[in-house]
Amino acid sequence: MAEKKGNQSVEFKEKIAIKAVSSTVGKKEGEGPLKDKFDKIINDATAGEDSWEKAESKFVSENMKLVMKKAGINENDVDYIVAGDLLNQNNGSTFGVREFNRPFFGIYGACSTYGEGLGIGSILIEAGMGENILVGASSHFCAAEKQFRFPLELGSQRPLTSTWTVTGHGAAVLTKGGNYPYIKGITTGKIVDFGIKDANNMGAAMAPAAADVILNNFNDFGIGANYYDMIVTGDLGYVGKELVLKLVKDGGFDISENYTDCGIEIFDRDKQDTHSGGSGCACSAVTFNSLFYPKLKNGEMKRILFIPTGALMNSTSTQQGETIPGVAHGVMVEN
Amino acid sequence: MSENNQDKLQEYQKMVEKASPNSHIVLDCIKAFVIGGIICCIGQFITNVLANYGFTQDESSIYTSVILIGIASVLTGLGLYSKIGKFAGAGSVVPITGFSNSVTAPAIEFKKEGFVLGVGAKIFTIAGPVILYGSVTSMLVGIIYYFVK
Repeated sequence: MAEKKGNQSVEFKEKIAIKAVSSTVGKKEGEGPLKDKFDKIINDATAGEDSWEKAESKFVSENMKLVMKKAGINENDVDYIVAGDLLNQNNGSTFGVREFNRPFFGIYGACSTYGEGLGIGSILIEAGMGENILVGASSHFCAAEKQFRFPLELGSQRPLTSTWTVTGHGAAVLTKGGNYPYIKGITTGKIVDFGIKDANNMGAAMAPAAADVILNNFNDFGIGANYYDMIVTGDLGYVGKELVLKLVKDGGFDISENYTDCGIEIFDRDKQDTHSGGSGCACSAVTFNSLFYPKLKNGEMKRILFIPTGALMNSTSTQQGETIPGVAHGVMVEN
Repeated sequence: MSENNQDKLQEYQKMVEKASPNSHIVLDCIKAFVIGGIICCIGQFITNVLANYGFTQDESSIYTSVILIGIASVLTGLGLYSKIGKFAGAGSVVPITGFSNSVTAPAIEFKKEGFVLGVGAKIFTIAGPVILYGSVTSMLVGIIYYFVK
C-alpha cells in the first residue's frame, strides 16, 4: 500500500511506470521550439471537422490511439481512461473517448488536469484496479477563446500578461513495473487563492498554488531543491515563473538553478507573439511528453518534479467579480 | 480573514504588479491615433465623393456610415480586421468600423450553433451594451432637450 507522507503527499510502493507517452499539437505549436519533438502536428484548426469543439475531440481520440499503439496495447487492454479538458462539462474528452467503450473517469483541474490524471491513474494502479491506465488532457485555442473570452475575429489587443492556450492533446499509458520512467509519488495541491482577479494574468493567480506544492513536496519528503534535476510547472509563463521563484525563496528554498515552466518552453515569445507564454491543459501535457519524458527515458535526467497548474475560474465567476483560485498537482517522475 | 492574511495578500498584489509587464502606452497611443485617423480620413473621402455626386450632407453622412460598416464587416470575414485591431487597439475599436467588427465577429463565431440560438442570440453579445446604453442615453438627452430648448 502507498505511504502517506507528511501533509499532502503520497509515496507509492508499486513501481508505477509511464510506459508510453504521445503528443499531438496544432499548427502554432508545430512551429515553435519543440516542433521536432511532437509525435503529430495537425495544421488544420478544425482537424477536418466542422467545429473547433469537434476538432478537440478528434485530437483526443487520435492521440489516445497513438499512445496505445506506442505502448503496444489496444483499447480492450485499457482498464480505465482518466481524462479531462477545458470545455464545458469535459465534452472534449468524453466525446473523444466514447468510441473506445472503456470505463472512464472524467476529471477537471483546469490546466492542472494532466497532473491530476497522472496522480489518479497512479492510485488506480497502486490499488490493483488495473494493468493499463490511459491518462489524457487536451485544450484547443479557438474553443477556449470562444468559451472563456471573445470571438476570434474581434479586433482587440491582448495584454502582455496574457498567455496563449495550447492546441493539442497529451496522453500517457501507466502500467505496473517495467523499465520505464516511473511515478514515485504525488503531492496533491490545495485550492490556493491569493486574491487575483485579472483573468488576463493567470500566471499570477496560479503561482501561489505551484509554490505551495513545491514547498510541501520538499517538506513532506524531507528533501531540498537539489533532489531534482528539474522542477517543471505547467503554464505559469514568464510572469508566474518570476513569482514562483520569489515565493519558494520566501519559503526557504532556492530553485533558480533547476526550475522552468512548460508555458515558457513551448513557444518562442518573440517570434510567435505569445506574450507571457503558453497555457491550457495541453500545455503541460505535450511539453512534458515531448521534452522531459525523453530526457528521463534516456537517462539525461533522473528526477523531475512535474507540477501542472490550473486557474479555477469560469466566465460567470469572473463576471460576478470573484477572485481566481489556483490549484497545482505535483508528480514525482524518476528513472 | 485575519489581518496577517490580508497583509500577505497585499504584499503578493505588490509582487504581481512588479512582475507584470505593462502595455507600451505611448506607442499604443501613437498607433491608435494614426490608424484611427486614417479610418476617419477614408470616411471623409467617401463623404466628399458622395457630395460631389450631388448627395446632400445628410445623405452623404448616412451612406458613408453604411459603406464603412460594410467594409469593416467584409474585412472581419476575411480575418483582416482582427489583425488591424491587434496593431491599432482603440484606433480601430472606437470608429464605427469597430462597432461593425464587434457585431460581425460573434456572428461568424456562433454560426455553428445555428441561426436562431447561435447567430440570433449571440450576435449582440459585445455590441449589445453599446446599443442598450446608447439608446437609453439618447432618450434621456432627448427628454432634457424637450424641456430645456
